[in-house]
Parts: sequence; C-alpha cells; structure tokens
Amino acid sequence: MTLPTEKRTLLTLITEATIEHTLLRDLERLGVRAYTVTDARGRGSRGVRDAAWRESSNIRIELICPRALAESVLTHVQANYYANYAMVAFLTDVEILRPGKF
Amino acid sequence: MIDVVVLFFLFGLAAGLARSDLKLPSALYDSLSVFLLLAIGLKGGEGLAKQALAPLLPQLAAVVALGVVQTLIAFAILRSLGRLGRADAAATAAHYGSVSVATFAVGVNWLIARNIEFESQMAVFLAVMEVPAIMVGIVLVRGVGRTTDWKLLAHETFLGKGVTLLLGGMAIGWIAGPEGLAPIKSFYFELFSGVLALFLLEMGLIVSRQMGELKRNGVFLVAFGVGMPLLSAMLGLGCGMMLGLSVGGLTLLATLAASASYIAVPAAMRVAVPQANPALSLGVVLGVTFPFNILVGIALYHRLATQLVGAPP
Repeated sequence: MTLPTEKRTLLTLITEATIEHTLLRDLERLGVRAYTVTDARGRGSRGVRDAAWRESSNIRIELICPRALAESVLTHVQANYYANYAMVAFLTDVEILRPGKF
Repeated sequence: MIDVVVLFFLFGLAAGLARSDLKLPSALYDSLSVFLLLAIGLKGGEGLAKQALAPLLPQLAAVVALGVVQTLIAFAILRSLGRLGRADAAATAAHYGSVSVATFAVGVNWLIARNIEFESQMAVFLAVMEVPAIMVGIVLVRGVGRTTDWKLLAHETFLGKGVTLLLGGMAIGWIAGPEGLAPIKSFYFELFSGVLALFLLEMGLIVSRQMGELKRNGVFLVAFGVGMPLLSAMLGLGCGMMLGLSVGGLTLLATLAASASYIAVPAAMRVAVPQANPALSLGVVLGVTFPFNILVGIALYHRLATQLVGAPP
C-alpha cells in the first residue's frame, strides 16, 4: 500500500531559551502558523548548555512548512540571530499526510 | 558566626567545584524562587497594611534615582578603567544598577535571625529597583528611540516573573493583613529560612560553574566585582539616611544597592543588547559579587549602618 504523502520541509532551530519570545514573534510575522517548542540541552561552540537554569537552557523549535517559507525563515534567523546567539538551524525533507495542514 | 543558610551555599559551591554529580532539578530551583518571591512580597504587604502609602512615593523616587546613578557610575568605571566596549560596559553596569532577590533574601534572613527590625517598604524597594537599570543600560548602548522595541521590553521587565510575584504577594499581604495571613503564616514565614537554605545550595552549584569563566575575565573585573558593591553600599547608606531608615532598613537598602542582578537583567540584556557577552557579566556578578555580599557584605553594611545611626552594636 502506498500512502498519499506529500513533500514538505522540516525546519529545526536549536537556540537560547532567553530569545524564545522574540523568535516566535518573528516566526509568526513571517507567516509560520504552527510550530513545536521543546526544552533542550547540549554542548557546542558556546559551551555546555545544560538547562540547569534559564541562562544556560536551550530550546528546540520545529516547524513543518513549504520549502519557500522554510528558506525565508532560515534567511531571516541567519541575518538576525546567528552573530550574537547560540543557534543551530537546519532543513530536512519530510513526507506528510494532510497537506492542507502544513 | 556564619549563618547556617550561607553554609548551604558554601556546600553547593564546594560540591560544584569538586565536580560532584549533585544537581537539583531546574523545576525545583524555579519553585523555590517562586516561594521566596511570594514570601518576601507577603511579608512586605503585611507591614504596608499597617501604614499610610502616600509618604512612600518620594522614597520610591529616591531609590529609582539610586539605581540610575549606580548604573551610570558603573558604566563610567567599566569604560574608563576597565576599557570595556560600550555594549559590554552598559550590560554589566545594568546588572550592578539592578538588584538580586537572593542577596536581599539572605539579608532579610540575617536581620530576622538577629531580631533586628526593618521597614516593610524594603520589599517595595526591591521590586522597584529591578527595572530602572535595565532601561539605563539599553539607552547607554542604543540611545533613545530608534530600534528598541520599548513596548515589548517594558512588558518583559515590568511583568517578568520576579516583579509580578513580588507585587502579587504584596497585594495579597496588604489586602489580607496580619489576621488574614495567619492560616498561611507557618508555610510562608516559618519555612522561609529552610527554603532559602535549599535555594542557596543550588546557587552554590550555579556559582561554581561561573568560576572557570572568571579566570578568563582577568583581575580588573574581579576587583570591580568587590569594589562596585562597596561603592554602591555607600550610596545606599547615604540614600537610606536621607530617607530616615532604621538600622535594619539601612542595612537592607545598602544590601540592595550592593547586590547585582543575575536573573532579570541578563535575560533583558540578552534580548536588547545581544552583542554584549553574557558570560562576562554573569561571571563577575555570580562569581564575585554574590558570594562577596552574602559572605562579608551584609555583616559589613550592618556595622556601617549601626555606626551611622549611632546605636550601640
């Protein structure tokens, strides 16, 4: 059986919890309608982000949307956040059901 | 004699420096800080219920001015003597112009343990002094207007967790009054020291993680981390004398002035002045100033306050 899937793009952003509000506001302004935010921990070029308290905690934002929108969000965060914040962002191709939802 | 709650801090610090596995869940740290903020607010509100509020307004203006002056002095020192960049100097100065609830709580505990009375409005001062330094810090970097989203920033600072809980607690304490508070008194007032001790254990762990950062910062910032609270405490004592505070009130205002924020200000600065290095300010605030204030500062400010008022120690 073949499921009637469609291709979309998953954008994942891992960044500092302190900028959650500003970042989500930007995403909504760019046209993102739905996203998932989870708490995250890890280690990178800006040291250990162990989530022991707010200053060292990370979040992981995931959103599934058309490729064009994902690229415009990525361009926006690259221009506005990469220089001063701990941030990793990447795109993945995913297959989804219910294309109207994404 | 060192206070027992401070021993918890030293224990956390030692465990952290020894790289022990000890780690409190971050939800507990959040819960403890909610408790402390509410308890401080309730206690302040209970006292305020017994007095007229109008005479407080000029006092509030005075402590706001104190916060602004401290930020400007810290900025000037960091720029000239420390040769820090504008953004780093302004962000660090804002930390020192603002206040630390944990330091204040240790001060309150220190006074209560010694049966020293202090004015109820100290809790209001704590809430009011948190914000002005943030505004000054941002203006020092960006100037007024232009790119700053003041509406968002005002919302985040005035309605941040700290100020909201303090003011909420105060409102509840004020409305309920001493009799209304009786049923919850054993929880919020009598458990205060125990909760503070657990909170300080976690603070010790947090501070231990800043020690590595501190080594990179150099001698100037360490000296600043001790010198600035001393200078601010003097300003606080002067301001308190002008307001006619008691020895306990003077001690707490000096403690407030000397303390440096490590929660509200770093979060606001991270958003508003992203080019500043947060590790730099947090390293000196947590690694030097916070331990200095709770280990040495509070007792010293009390001694100075006693001499100023002329009461027997």
